[in-house]
Amino acid sequence: MEQAPRDPERQLQPAPLEPLGHPDAGLQAAVSEEAEGARDEGSGEGTMTENNFWLKKIEINVSEAEKRTGRNAMNMQETYTAYLIETRSVEHTDGQSVLTDSLWRRYSEFELLRNYLLVYYPHIVVPPLPEKRAEFVWHKLSADNMDPDFVERRRIGLENFLLRVASHPILCRDKIFYLFLTQEGNWKETVNETGFQLKADSRLKALNATFRVKNPDKRFTELKHYSDELQSVISHLLRVRARVADRLYGVYKVHGNYGRVFSEWSAIEKEMGDGLQSAGHHMDVYASSIDDILEDEEHYADQLKEYLFYAEALRAVCRKHELMQYDLEMAAQDLASKKQQCEELATGTVRTFSLKGMTTKLFGQETPEQREARIKVLEEQISEGEQQLKSKNLEGREFVKNAWADIERFKEQKNHDLKEALISYAVMQISMCKKGIQVWTNAKECFSKM
Amino acid sequence: MEGERLASQARSSGLPAGGATAESPGVDAPLLGSSGSSALLQAEVLDLDEDEDDLEVFSKDASLMDMNSFSPMMPTSPLSMINQVKFEDEPDLKDLFITVDEPESHVTTIETFITYRIITKTSRGEFDSSEFEVRRRYQDFLWLKGKLEEAHPTLIIPPLPEKFIVKGMVERFNDDFIETRRKALQKFLNRIADHPTLTFNEDFKVFLTAQAWELSSHKKQGPGLLSRMGQTVRAVALSMRGVKSRPEEFMEMNNFIEIFSQKINLIDKISQRIYKEEREYSDEMKEYGPIHVLWSASEEDLVDSLRGVARCLDQCCKATEKRMSGLSEALLPAVHEYVLYSEMVMGVMKRRDQIQAELDSKVEALTYKKADTDLLIEEIGKLEDKVECANNALKADWERWKHNMQNDIKSAFTDMAEENIHYYEQCLATWESFLASQTDLHMEETSEDKPESH
Repeated sequence: MEQAPRDPERQLQPAPLEPLGHPDAGLQAAVSEEAEGARDEGSGEGTMTENNFWLKKIEINVSEAEKRTGRNAMNMQETYTAYLIETRSVEHTDGQSVLTDSLWRRYSEFELLRNYLLVYYPHIVVPPLPEKRAEFVWHKLSADNMDPDFVERRRIGLENFLLRVASHPILCRDKIFYLFLTQEGNWKETVNETGFQLKADSRLKALNATFRVKNPDKRFTELKHYSDELQSVISHLLRVRARVADRLYGVYKVHGNYGRVFSEWSAIEKEMGDGLQSAGHHMDVYASSIDDILEDEEHYADQLKEYLFYAEALRAVCRKHELMQYDLEMAAQDLASKKQQCEELATGTVRTFSLKGMTTKLFGQETPEQREARIKVLEEQISEGEQQLKSKNLEGREFVKNAWADIERFKEQKNHDLKEALISYAVMQISMCKKGIQVWTNAKECFSKM
Repeated sequence: MEGERLASQARSSGLPAGGATAESPGVDAPLLGSSGSSALLQAEVLDLDEDEDDLEVFSKDASLMDMNSFSPMMPTSPLSMINQVKFEDEPDLKDLFITVDEPESHVTTIETFITYRIITKTSRGEFDSSEFEVRRRYQDFLWLKGKLEEAHPTLIIPPLPEKFIVKGMVERFNDDFIETRRKALQKFLNRIADHPTLTFNEDFKVFLTAQAWELSSHKKQGPGLLSRMGQTVRAVALSMRGVKSRPEEFMEMNNFIEIFSQKINLIDKISQRIYKEEREYSDEMKEYGPIHVLWSASEEDLVDSLRGVARCLDQCCKATEKRMSGLSEALLPAVHEYVLYSEMVMGVMKRRDQIQAELDSKVEALTYKKADTDLLIEEIGKLEDKVECANNALKADWERWKHNMQNDIKSAFTDMAEENIHYYEQCLATWESFLASQTDLHMEETSEDKPESH
């Protein structure tokens, strides 16, 4: 693992932005340009991304995966897979790419990065990671995380994640992300130093927390329903697809048995022998063709899975909105009640029940001085509250505006990607049919010559 | 590949290589036992190239069998018999057409059984009419087969469908079973009709034309069950002996049929398993398309694409169903018939061995016991004739059977390949048209969005 010598002229400039993603900062830096992140199936080649952050084009590759053993936090030995991330900058003039950074990361570090992004960019639909454990398996695929096919598909998924982040107009400018790609040692400490875990609102993750929000933005409510539907339908589709794949595998493989039997039979046949023998060969070809076909389909399934996980990211943004709205409504409610109290004290009318009021009734009125003091405190609180409410309102509106901008961006990306995925599925099916026609035409010829 | 080596050895030496193993092959997908063929039979199609030279028309008398004489045709000199047995079936002269249909259930106090309607159309003079309609049950078919075997022990009698399928049968007479049986019975009768010798068998004629009571009384003639059983016990003992002195060509025949039987059984299992897998694939596919339609309900911009995919998947599902029915109409019954046929042929070989053994034992008796030499010599003379007839009959029928087998197998597998090609062509067409519609739209959209990106 060699690092390319750092040419001072070519050194990448980190973006002059705060690592902590303030909505304001994000807004200012937002670029409307959409990066083209085309994904190659299975080849693992990185693709070009346009990236203002880097000030020049870069390529990101997750080029290798390696089994490692080490000691975990409990000082127990563990085996894990590490992934090599290579970053290259591309010269405009000659199109040559130069390796600028290369380091190894494991899945848990990716998770850490993503969790950080979720906290600091709650208004962004943060790209998801590939699945932690293999799901929607059909019988051939192993559910083992160490299985080479799984590791390979995960490698592609991780690369895709990085490309998504790097091509996001806001996320790409994040310093922690930059360091993830460039600073191997100490990165974890740097992330933790941001204190993002403390900033994280546990209520966002709490599944059972329901916010009695009176006036959520309708669009977010609809979006939440949409994301539920998306998740449900894609899960269903993936499950059925896995079963279909399993059955298709069976059909192809059983034909392979013909090959062996035909071959044995051909030994006793004089006229039919040749035809049988060669037909049998074609049956073998047919049977073995399914392996590649289904491997390609796995990549298609991964593309759908990404959007399955994106549904979760969408939901997270909706929840953040609900949370903010809830806090806003609570604050407004609190302010209103304080104002009411104040008014009552000032005018002497008691419309609302208060313990203090009760006790004064029972134990005697308070002095005018006491009352004055209380009014004063309340007035201060009210003033503070009004300020807070104003800023919360502003925050809320900013959030909605920014979030909705990103959601629109996401929708376009999703439509484009899913359409491409469906087209690529059709292409796969066409290829499978053509192979089938080829094999059976050959077999038919052999049979007819028997 | 090992198979190739075996094949080339076999063809050069003329002997089958002994590489066939008896144990089940190590297949990737374990084979299941036959769960009852849901097979349909097609009308028999003879596909012969060669012209026959000596089609002998046999008179009625020849088909009246003397139970003790096993000669299948007019008993004259062995030479003329050799000539007589060399013939091919002539499709142009087919003058007997048989259909089996209309299964009907009959319930009596003792039993429930099914009868089938048999319609015979013929232009033959020896038939009183040109059309006959009778009803027969499976037992009657069994009787007919038995009679044919008795009359022609070394001819290859067509197989009957199995009495019952043990595995996978809930009730004795479900619709699939009956339909499969009906087609197999039709095939059975047509095979007999197309056989140059069996077609003139008297019992066959009675079977096709007699009314129920006539058939019952006809059945009662002939040796009883007991005598037939007695023969069987003796036959087993004899056949052991017959194997040792079996002539070379019959050794070859025997080796062939043993290996063939193994292989055709395997092919039968494989084919049944393919049908089962395709059925399960088709069942899953039925669910696959509709999910895309469901999804399209929540995606405004992807409605076309999703519905397009759904349509393709549904079409492919239909194409799979068609492929399956093709399999069950052509390949499965053809292969299964040859599974049963191979058993028949092995039976015929045994019977030939028995006949030979009878002769051999008499010859042996002659060399050891000096008593009754004259009688023995006379008996031996008759037996020698018998053996020669039997051998010639078998040889001729073997060639005919093998020829038919090759054609039938070839045609069945060619059909299967054709079905598969058709299936993939259909699927290809539907996906290509989807792709075309998507890329057209795509091009339209992209040119709308970014007019300056050229």
